[in-house]
Amino acid sequence: MPPQTVPPPSPSSAAPAPSAEAGSEALPRIVPVRRTGRWTAAVAVLVLLGLALDSVVRNDAFQWDVVLSYFATVPVLRGLWLTLWLTAVVMVLGFALGALLAVLRLSGNPVLQAVSWGYVWLFRSTPILVQLLFWFNIGALYPQILGVSTTRLLGPVAVAVVGLTLHEAAYAAEVVRGGILSVERGQVEAAQSLGLGPWRRFRRIVLPQAMRSIVPPAGNMLIGTLKGTSIVSIIAVQDLLYSVQLVYHRTYQVIPLLLVATVWYAAVTTLLSIGQRYVERYYARGTAGAR
Amino acid sequence: MSAPSDAMVEIRSVHKKFGSLEVLRGIDLAVRPGEVTVVIGPSGSGKSTLLRTINHLEKVDRGWISVDGTLVGYRRDGDKLYELREREVLRQRTKIGFVFQNFHLFPHLTVLENIIEAPVSALGRPRKAAVAAAEKLLERVGLLDKAAAYPAQLSGGQQQRVAIARALALEPRLLLFDEPTSALDPELVGEVLDVIKDLARGGTTMIVVTHEIGFAREVADTVVFMDEGRVVEQGPPADVLDHPVQERTRAFLSKVL
Repeated sequence: MPPQTVPPPSPSSAAPAPSAEAGSEALPRIVPVRRTGRWTAAVAVLVLLGLALDSVVRNDAFQWDVVLSYFATVPVLRGLWLTLWLTAVVMVLGFALGALLAVLRLSGNPVLQAVSWGYVWLFRSTPILVQLLFWFNIGALYPQILGVSTTRLLGPVAVAVVGLTLHEAAYAAEVVRGGILSVERGQVEAAQSLGLGPWRRFRRIVLPQAMRSIVPPAGNMLIGTLKGTSIVSIIAVQDLLYSVQLVYHRTYQVIPLLLVATVWYAAVTTLLSIGQRYVERYYARGTAGAR
Repeated sequence: MSAPSDAMVEIRSVHKKFGSLEVLRGIDLAVRPGEVTVVIGPSGSGKSTLLRTINHLEKVDRGWISVDGTLVGYRRDGDKLYELREREVLRQRTKIGFVFQNFHLFPHLTVLENIIEAPVSALGRPRKAAVAAAEKLLERVGLLDKAAAYPAQLSGGQQQRVAIARALALEPRLLLFDEPTSALDPELVGEVLDVIKDLARGGTTMIVVTHEIGFAREVADTVVFMDEGRVVEQGPPADVLDHPVQERTRAFLSKVL
């Protein structure tokens, strides 16, 4: 700062005064803008939220006592258990098949590429509800599979696993493919130049880096699948939703029992989101800022 | 047609096209063991592509390349060259070290893991021996204290020195450098060139593609000037750099010197 722009320095200092010292006395104080609108909006929203919460808690029609009495009963927990393992199985099988489809799509073989593309097209372009009903009635098309009655081979739970997995795989394939494509080509060339074989390159070099792009959408899919399994109630598989439905068909306490399912879904989803944060942190190792 | 016994690398009439673009139009070159060959030339002259054909990262369209008396990427039977299976090409590559312009270290592995990956998985060395060898290499490039760091925590010059150590971990017969200092900040170029000079003094056979004319003058046994997919001129640095015969070499040098 040139000396002439600050308030006149003491005349005794012939040489230019150290600007930091000269400035600290004379610099004006900075006053931030008053954000009146921000405060008003915050208060208004808090009041509205409070009113809404009050209406939920004090409205007897919610029947919170009924919610509590059914929350940890055996049929509900059994339903929850089925929802949890169905989600896990569909997720694991779906991603295994999806990874295979992604590898086919990225292979140099045009026939395999086309088959993979066709699969994804078919299973993404029809509603999961329709697919599930279709698999449920597959016995009409193929009464026997390998000499065994189809309806005996594919009970409702098996239909749920097959139907949801095939649908999941189509989406997983795209997520995995996107992840693999996100890895810089030079990484593969470096691994090739070091003599690493194709499987080692994929497992040790490409996949860990692809996971960085795969985990966030996969976490989304996991949460989506957890909630999405509720669709199997349509084919009478006793998941969390169907279990509470069985109760309220008997007792007519529709709302409190739906709340039981709602709270369970939200609780599990919350846990999964927290878990996702840690998985993401693990795969971010080596990137700037993470360690 | 086996390679002359005194050549570590022999390149014979190599042609390469990308689509309709002819990148290499008949390259002939021989590198003797222990020699440092520096390839210079304008961008698009084909020098990087030539380097990549030597370890078969690019396939050639015509001609052949041999390293240490063995054809790279092909097997000759009569008048035909049969492309080798990937497994055999990978084994050949372990004898040829390659250092990339952009380092291409594995970002999710530590410096030490980067270096021992190939010796352990491609050569089947015991992990313990590989670690000991890697530490020796890190000491040689002056980065022993960075063994546990991730590449992103290093400067560009340090990353390239790790990449050189990684290539050396396979104890290659030949080292290829593809513009090893072009991605570096100017003040970091020296530390990488020092490592390469040190290797040159140690008698490692090297082919270096670079724009560092001063480095070429100091280290090269042979300087090769390439333009438009051909070798225009080659010889000792004193001839090619200071008394070029060809007009194109002179024109290029007048721009970069």
